[in-house]
Amino acid sequence: MSSEITRSNDSNRARYSARNLWTGLLFGLGVVAFIDETVFHQLLHWHHFYDKSTSNMGLVSDGIFHAFSWFATIASSFMFADLRRRNAVWLTRWWSGVLLGGGGFQLYDGIIQHKLMRLHQIRYNVDIYPYDWVWNISAVIMIIIGIVLLVRAQKDSQSPLGEAS
Amino acid sequence: MLGHHMHHSNEQLIDYFELIFMLLLFTSSVVTYLLAVKKSNRHYKKWPRKRTILWLSGVLITASVFIGPLAERAHTDFRAHMLGHLLIGMLAPLLLALSAPWTLLMRTLPVKLARQISRFLKSQPVLILSNPLTASILSVGGLWVLYTTDLYRLMQQNSILHVLIHVHVLLAGYLFTVSFIYVDPTPHRTSYVYRMIVFIMASAGHGILSKYIYTHAPTHVLKSEAESGGMLMYYGGDAIELILITLFCYQWYRASRPRILNITKPSIT
Repeated sequence: MSSEITRSNDSNRARYSARNLWTGLLFGLGVVAFIDETVFHQLLHWHHFYDKSTSNMGLVSDGIFHAFSWFATIASSFMFADLRRRNAVWLTRWWSGVLLGGGGFQLYDGIIQHKLMRLHQIRYNVDIYPYDWVWNISAVIMIIIGIVLLVRAQKDSQSPLGEAS
Repeated sequence: MLGHHMHHSNEQLIDYFELIFMLLLFTSSVVTYLLAVKKSNRHYKKWPRKRTILWLSGVLITASVFIGPLAERAHTDFRAHMLGHLLIGMLAPLLLALSAPWTLLMRTLPVKLARQISRFLKSQPVLILSNPLTASILSVGGLWVLYTTDLYRLMQQNSILHVLIHVHVLLAGYLFTVSFIYVDPTPHRTSYVYRMIVFIMASAGHGILSKYIYTHAPTHVLKSEAESGGMLMYYGGDAIELILITLFCYQWYRASRPRILNITKPSIT
């Protein structure tokens, strides 16, 4: 009985394989942006709402990403509920998406927005280099784990015993 | 001297007239809704009480921006002005849209009139106005014009312009809300993806403008007030957008319910 259900989940999740990844990507991006806003802006007050060196491109990029991430967090939660409703959740692929989306956004934020567009720095009145390194390396680690998970999910789906996982 | 005095009392007279007119307008909109509910309940399934509450709170919030202490402070304090705009541009339109006024109207009007309104809702001008893109340009674009030109200063000096801009913000906000989430009969529907893209652009335009106000205070606005006003616009906007996006996604979730129910049932072999 349980193996039958697993098998049916296999066929469903194969059909919704791309959506599992997308749902994770959007959720990861949204959650990282949300943590950025709540932890670094509101709780620690490390990030500034605006800093004098902010370029116009930086403001536009921040506006678009802020709006997009807000939407992405909520929409991807509903998409996940939809996958569950269809019995098509593929957690490995979803997690890989979460890490790729979260890591990708953090790297974009850390390099393009903080450094090139000078939107704001991670923290002020401190030696910024260790902060930048920790920020960007953690982003790269998230991306690497995301890729590993993606490859593993791919292998799972190809191996004949994949349904056991 | 005499001229100045007359001008002054004229202004007062206009203010007084405005107050009475507003009170009548808001009271009658509540009374009309309540009467319509009563009439609708005689012929149809009971009108949900939460809708009546939504309409009441929407009208009250709108009224608080047009008359009363908040409206008074908004003339001199930019933060009060911004709070007012959040209320009539985003919160009140959402509450009013959720109270389904057009559905109620169609139910209670004589058939002939209801048909005319239905024809009006299907007409070309409404098609253009209710497109999310038009609605976004009217609402967010309007705010850009207001805060980046001299209009904001002019609005504080001319009471008629002041009222007109408030009415525009309210109507454009309502248009934006109903172009995005569907509560009432909506003949001109657009796809979820299109609405999502337009919404994100509009929301980005709103966020960018708030940070722009933070750094470029409108004429005659104190720097400190522009800063807190800008932040209020940014985070207040986020809060109401959270509700809007959740409703939008919930509508998608319900509409995209799987049609083939036995998709998860294991096949018997």
